[in-house]
Amino acid sequence: MISVKNLQKSFGDLHVLRGVDQEITQGEKLVLIGPSGSGKTTFLRCLNLLEEPTGGQIIFEGTDITDPRCDINKIRQRMGMVFQQFNLFPHLSVLKNITLAPVKLGLMSKHEAEEKAMSLLERVGLPDKAKNYPRQLSGGQQQRIAIVRALAMNPDVLLFDEPTSALDPEMVGEVLDVMTQLANEGMTMVVVTHEMGFARSVADHVIFMDGGYIVEEGTPADVFDNPQQQRTQEFLRKVLK
Amino acid sequence: MSFPENILSWFNEMKAEFILNFVAGNRWKMLLNGLGNTFTMTAIALGIGIVIGILVAIIRSTYETHGKRIRSGFGRAILAIVNRICIIYTTVIRGTPMVVQLLILYYIVFASSRNGLMVASFSFGLNSGAYVSEIFRGGIMSIEKGQTEAGRSLGLNYVQTMWYIIAPQMLRNVLPTLANEFITLLKETSVAGYVAVMDLTFAGNRIRGVTFSPMMPLIAVALIYLVLVMALTWLTGKLERRLRQSDIR
Repeated sequence: MISVKNLQKSFGDLHVLRGVDQEITQGEKLVLIGPSGSGKTTFLRCLNLLEEPTGGQIIFEGTDITDPRCDINKIRQRMGMVFQQFNLFPHLSVLKNITLAPVKLGLMSKHEAEEKAMSLLERVGLPDKAKNYPRQLSGGQQQRIAIVRALAMNPDVLLFDEPTSALDPEMVGEVLDVMTQLANEGMTMVVVTHEMGFARSVADHVIFMDGGYIVEEGTPADVFDNPQQQRTQEFLRKVLK
Repeated sequence: MSFPENILSWFNEMKAEFILNFVAGNRWKMLLNGLGNTFTMTAIALGIGIVIGILVAIIRSTYETHGKRIRSGFGRAILAIVNRICIIYTTVIRGTPMVVQLLILYYIVFASSRNGLMVASFSFGLNSGAYVSEIFRGGIMSIEKGQTEAGRSLGLNYVQTMWYIIAPQMLRNVLPTLANEFITLLKETSVAGYVAVMDLTFAGNRIRGVTFSPMMPLIAVALIYLVLVMALTWLTGKLERRLRQSDIR
């Protein structure tokens, strides 16, 4: 579904991605772990071109999205993204947050979009919050709504950028539950996270990145229980202790 | 003279002054016309100022946030040049007195035009635009980058993201400051007399020149400005409270 070839990204002299290759298949749950500054978030943000790669190729469903002639807005409609800071629109109600893009982009009528939004809110356990504004909600609730906002576009893949890192510890669970549910339903997901328990239980494939490279990758069992690289061992020793 | 007669004669004097300055020769009409011109100039300048302000603010904030990221080429070069022009514009306008700008526009740039009212309106608008652009730019820059990213990640294009997500939040933040700029603008039009436009101030001064009685007309002019500004301030306050109410936390 997504194939990444020799992806490079530098910010000025800072080389953040030094050639990353990856195949992401339909229904796959790919989890990226690694220390901060390793390039995992940049990798994720390159997938929907929030960061423009300085080299390499990203092929999404047969289209080279790094080609300047490609209509990235069309591509992004099929790639949902969930941010660390939720980034809900504070001036709009929860319902409007969810329906804005599908309606304004002409993908659904207002009525269809609202019905879809309500059924999605039902699924994440927040149907009574439709009329509320984001600031009236807890972090965990906001993040679940951000996930719904992305889902309302019927995306083919969801990108998660450290979705639980800005949450109070007691709210992490409710967001991970929603993500696990999505994974079980077969959604293709690319997740940058520090939640090793989630990575282990949900991921099909785990990537450990450091210094702009993929240092090690494999099944959760390979990476977590039997890491080959010294760098991976050190990192896991620190985060799993 | 006893006490009541004293008051009485003062009243009679005032009455005579009042009649002389406002009633005789229908001089109150001069003030009314002047007030009309003051309103006209303020309204036109406000419109011009907001249009210029929005354009300059969008260009400058786009350059600041995206200038380095756009692929180098023709588009980026144009943006850089237009951005530079905008910076020069705000620097010159904010760095020179309003009256000097007005005189330059009237006697040099639009030397062929004798329509003082329009030249003055344009000049005030040009001036106001520089300040309004800074207000809008601050407003745009105050919105978190994540808002744009969230909009773009949903597939909205740059203009849609600006229109549906950034602009409403920005407008809410800047409305009170913008209302203040409007109040300042109203008072600034009082220099229009420099190019022989009969605004409220000039009308009052003209009456003073005819009647040789400065107190009544000048105090009247001051009072009219004061009442207008107080009314606008009250409206601004009301607006601010309304906005705060809808800002549910």
